[in-house]
Amino acid sequence: MKKGYFGEFGGQFVPELLVPPLRELEEACETIVASSDFQEELGDLLRNFAGRPTPLTRCDNLSRDLGFTLWLKREDLLHTGAHKVNNTLGQALLAKRMGKKNLLAETGAGQHGVATAAAAAKMGLGCTIFMGATDVVRQAPNVARMKLFGATVVPVHSGTSTLKDAINEALRAWIARQDDTLYCFGTAAGPHPFPTLVRNLQSIIGQETKKQAAERMGRLPDAVVACVGGGSNAIGMFYPFASDDAAKGVRLIGIEAGGTGEPGCYNSAPINLGTPGVLHGQHSMLLQDAFGQVQPSHSVSAGLDYPGVGPEHSYFAQVGRVHYRVVYDAEALRAFETLARREGIIPALESSHALAFVLEHREEFTPGSHVVVNLSGRGDKDMGIVAGLLPSLQGDA
Amino acid sequence: MGKSTLQQRVEQANKAGRIARIPFITAGFPTKAEFVGILRELDAHGADVIEVGVPFSDPVADGPVVEAASRVALEQGVTLPWILEQLAGLTPRLKAGVVLMGYYNPFLQHGLERLAADAAKAGVEGFIVPDLPLGEDAPMRAALRAHSIDLIPLVGLNTSEERMREYAATASGYVYVVSVMGTTGGTNSMNATVEDALERVSRVFSVPVALGFGIHSPQQLASLRVKPQAAVFGSALLRHLEAGGTVAEFMKPWVS
Repeated sequence: MKKGYFGEFGGQFVPELLVPPLRELEEACETIVASSDFQEELGDLLRNFAGRPTPLTRCDNLSRDLGFTLWLKREDLLHTGAHKVNNTLGQALLAKRMGKKNLLAETGAGQHGVATAAAAAKMGLGCTIFMGATDVVRQAPNVARMKLFGATVVPVHSGTSTLKDAINEALRAWIARQDDTLYCFGTAAGPHPFPTLVRNLQSIIGQETKKQAAERMGRLPDAVVACVGGGSNAIGMFYPFASDDAAKGVRLIGIEAGGTGEPGCYNSAPINLGTPGVLHGQHSMLLQDAFGQVQPSHSVSAGLDYPGVGPEHSYFAQVGRVHYRVVYDAEALRAFETLARREGIIPALESSHALAFVLEHREEFTPGSHVVVNLSGRGDKDMGIVAGLLPSLQGDA
Repeated sequence: MGKSTLQQRVEQANKAGRIARIPFITAGFPTKAEFVGILRELDAHGADVIEVGVPFSDPVADGPVVEAASRVALEQGVTLPWILEQLAGLTPRLKAGVVLMGYYNPFLQHGLERLAADAAKAGVEGFIVPDLPLGEDAPMRAALRAHSIDLIPLVGLNTSEERMREYAATASGYVYVVSVMGTTGGTNSMNATVEDALERVSRVFSVPVALGFGIHSPQQLASLRVKPQAAVFGSALLRHLEAGGTVAEFMKPWVS
């Protein structure tokens, strides 16, 4: 396979001015990240700062209804509230060891921005976060958290003023600031080596899950389900299974966000509803028109609201190792409420998509089997959104 | 490989004792109806080569001026087939050469072989694709070569001499030197770093050297110890036209 490619997907479609910093990062991945010294320090940060390992929770109440055992990998319990910190701690530590003074990053809903800002504060690095102007307004609490960690938040007014435009602006800024700054990319997408770097940093999710499954189920799970926006939580969960011959029998299911589901609605499901194209440095599945212009995306979950997807997911879809399915806004909202009421856990709207697939398609799972859902983040951040959408939260208190 | 038409155009300008003039204009600017008129004016007022910007929704190498022009063009329904149609329909043809500058995805979706054939019919002599660096460029280069169309390489102030040599091995037309560590229309100090890069590029490449990004007047180039063979100006031209200026006024200092 060509370097930086997963089958026909991946690559490094960037301005020449970004090739030197990407090469520098590539070398750092091979030398620094691979060193036992780095892995030791990162392991310490993940344990004692971020809160790893995260539990594998058995959902007894829902399992009784479903007829199979539902387990949740609890990335929602991590510091800053989602799996994002696995990646940002790794990249912040890497930046420091590369001698960089600053991190810059894009953010959509603000989860990656918050996780980057926290990691930068912990590692003593400067931090600039690019965020679509629309998202700055929609996600004000996360903007405040980033600022509290000392980050500068730059609102991006170009294009659709959302995540994809924030990525464009962050790439532009990195051109000018590459000498002392590392771009802490938020998902397993973008130009090589980001898809591989971020996947490796997130793979701890799947590694822990396999170990915990062995202890608790006495074997591997039968199915593993994760939501896919850019795809970092999913690739972190799937990769340790997909790269292990002994785990060939484990069904891997990625869930894309279908938006409202109305005919012709904007969605965030490029694997199911898009075509191959080039955006943000990579060749991958993409929502685009016939002329190659990138289409706006939509999902009730801001973290899944992206017109592209990491190249390794496009590859796994093509070779059939992972099955990618679509869940709509309303189904995710039902799952959000169900998990809160039946299991006492508020899932992020992103993770609710993965959970919703299991709840809405229970007939696709074998009775008595073990099904793991990656609960990639917690839903406290979504209370403002769901308050207006869930009937149970309407009316007098 | 013999000298391409584009290379000859630059060299002819140099023979006449001047730097070749390469204006950039976003397709469909300022409106679809006025665009061909602007092309004609640029042609009449001394352009040696005209770079026509193909609009894209996510132009990562562009600053605010070109990005805005790109967005306006898309809102008006400017597409790659429309652009090729406009160029193919120009009778008489322009005296200046035409180069299409745009991001990879619209070209890829058109189909690279079909693109090369359509571009050849439209009289396009070269392509500049800012997000298609060496290593990813082979399919497009091969498709274009079949129709003798150049794929112009872009190099920057941070491009190593070793990498320049890799680019030089396949370069035709001219080599485009990005004069800022930033986006189009960025502030340009024309400092020693630019001169060093120009020197390196001139040593490594056998094709002429064009300098672009942040160029707004010939005076900027006057102080340079090492001169490029061509200058590209885009954002400054778009700004000038947006402010109500004419092509003739803008081109005047470059022509006199």
